[in-house]
Amino acid sequence: MSTKDFRPGSTLNVSRRTLLQAGAGLIGGTVLPASITSRAFAEDHPAIGTFPAGTSGSSAFIGISVPRTGTYAVQGEDELKGYQLAIEHINSGHDLIKKISPKTSKGVLGKELKFGVADSAAKPNEAVQAQQRFISENKAVMITGGTSSAVAVALNKLAQREKVIFVCGISGSNDTTGKDCVRYGFRQNFFGQTAAAAIAPVLIKQFGKDKKAAYLTPDYTYGHTVTKSMQDFLAQAGWTTVTNQVSPLGAPDYSSYLLNVANSGADVLINVNWGHDAVLSTQQAKQFGVLDKMKLVVPYQVPFIARETGGLMQGVYAATDYWWTIEDKYPLAKMFNETFEKRFGYKPEWGAENAYVSFAHWARMVEEAGSFYPPDVIKAYEKGETIPSLVGDVHYRPEDHQCVRPVIIVRGKMEKEMKNKEDYYEVVEIVPGDGLMQKPDAFGCHLGDYT
Amino acid sequence: MINWPNFVSQLFNGLALGALLALISSGLTIIYGTLGVLNLAHGAMFMIGGYAGYVAYSYTGSFILAVIAGSLFVMLLGVAMERIIIRHFYHRPHEDQLLVTFGLGICFVEIVRLIFTSQSQVVPPPALLQGITSLGFLFYPTYRLAVVGIVAVALGALFLILYRTRLGMIVRAGIEDSVMVDSLGINVYRVFMIVFGIGAMAAGFAGIINAPVVSLTPGVGDDILVETFVVVVIGGVGSFPGAILGGLIAGEIISVTSMFNPGYAYVMLFAAMTLVLVLRPHGLLGTQGRE
Repeated sequence: MSTKDFRPGSTLNVSRRTLLQAGAGLIGGTVLPASITSRAFAEDHPAIGTFPAGTSGSSAFIGISVPRTGTYAVQGEDELKGYQLAIEHINSGHDLIKKISPKTSKGVLGKELKFGVADSAAKPNEAVQAQQRFISENKAVMITGGTSSAVAVALNKLAQREKVIFVCGISGSNDTTGKDCVRYGFRQNFFGQTAAAAIAPVLIKQFGKDKKAAYLTPDYTYGHTVTKSMQDFLAQAGWTTVTNQVSPLGAPDYSSYLLNVANSGADVLINVNWGHDAVLSTQQAKQFGVLDKMKLVVPYQVPFIARETGGLMQGVYAATDYWWTIEDKYPLAKMFNETFEKRFGYKPEWGAENAYVSFAHWARMVEEAGSFYPPDVIKAYEKGETIPSLVGDVHYRPEDHQCVRPVIIVRGKMEKEMKNKEDYYEVVEIVPGDGLMQKPDAFGCHLGDYT
Repeated sequence: MINWPNFVSQLFNGLALGALLALISSGLTIIYGTLGVLNLAHGAMFMIGGYAGYVAYSYTGSFILAVIAGSLFVMLLGVAMERIIIRHFYHRPHEDQLLVTFGLGICFVEIVRLIFTSQSQVVPPPALLQGITSLGFLFYPTYRLAVVGIVAVALGALFLILYRTRLGMIVRAGIEDSVMVDSLGINVYRVFMIVFGIGAMAAGFAGIINAPVVSLTPGVGDDILVETFVVVVIGGVGSFPGAILGGLIAGEIISVTSMFNPGYAYVMLFAAMTLVLVLRPHGLLGTQGRE
């Protein structure tokens, strides 16, 4: 706009022409494409990562990697639907998104979100390659996805190196916001420590003290840390580990492990396996008579396991991030369930919930920061403000970027108790997050630099 | 956990696991041994056998019909695959054969995923074979016990077809010198088609027999393919008896190692394969590879 004749101090001298020019300029400023105004923001900050290149147009790109093949494929698809819904809601300014991110109108800071999806197959190298491509070629402003802690840890490192924010998908390892935490990574969902802290008292109350436990553990960071947390919490009530059967991800058969479990004399089988590994190992545990000898517990609930194991989760205790029947207590959960079911035809599992809400939180933080400049967005998270989620108010810890949120304990319903075909669990308890968290430095988190 | 009862249990489990691996590997090795094509779609065909059987079971409720449907469907698929695609690759480099079968495998898996999604499907064993049987020293799923017998019969039948019939003789002659067999008035390529069909049928049969042991997913063949290759390499690439021996050895290694340290079960399996490759590069029962 032209202001050369404009003299604010001497209103008497303002000509009609100048006033019109100034007015036009002001109005123009508000209706100009966001791309032009944000360039002004960009000039306030040095270039870093994909900033400002990723937001120089009218849209911003999100890189999504989820397993669509392999042992975690079912959970990956559910997670992807959560991301899709979040992006649709953000771009259209849906009411649910506005309840989590009040400053959202349409898009993020006026930018329409576009996204690319890659199949990670739950393999770190494939996820890193895909996300690296999204960063280099598409200038992704944020990368997200998960369903394997090995992937989460690898993407944490990529995010920190490339200075692009990584909003972690499903990841249960203590390491993700522990020893492998990074400044550029954030996790919304529950994890080994909080799962164990929440479910252990329930198990001790249910099964008693001084029990013998057998573990089925997948052989990577998720399995090892979840099993360790469960052992530590249960040991306080005198529980001992009689065997820990470690198996590779995607093991085609569990018979030899289950024979060891069957011969171990355990009272409780704690199955830490996840995805199809959990389904297969649980089904084979039934075939080998293990489930007739001992009680099954799933400390880190596997979305869809109740559907896929055909009744084997009945009476089984599990810890989870979300179960749809909590909608009675949380209005946002009800809104989410309704829109999700309308869009995809089934009740969302916790992969979708985590994807949706973690994405919504990121959108909120960018709006709060008023810029896509990553250090500003990170600092918005690190304010640790109490913010809404689908399971009530939560906050992110500035020290390790872990969301402090409740853990939900469920128990598989008997067939006769089910009110409809998707009513697999009763919610036993919703355990508040604050009491479940370890000290921020307990798992060796050092976040690293902003720039 | 390291005690005699558990050791005997694991030895037995190794036998049952090995029998299944032998059956799956046999189809792969028959096709390679006769046609010289390493079929990387074998895992996918194993998976399709399971799904074809699952569909038949869903409509009929009969496990026997499921086994027949699974085997026949994959046999027909194998024949179609050979006629339409594979036969054009007999005289092309091995790399091309690997790529085309690998690509077909991916297509098969993704088509099944498109139709059935990634959620697992269950084919229960027949009513007679459900439950657990006490063997005195261990309790073992009845169906897995039956699988040992079923596999023995199936492998016996395959052996008879390939080594004790006129067809088998022609096949082996075709491998040695296909031009000579052709000039004797025998259509070698028709024989190759039949062999590809039989190899595929073995995969399909194994797929549906294995279905009640695992839960079916589109990736079920991917997981097993790696083990199958290990079995074939240990036993000798292209050797039918080698597949049986390799299967049993692999089953025992996985089972017995898991008693000492389950984390090392697969490490030991690959270590054994490496050892065989160093000491006998053609496998335990393999001979010099054909070109």
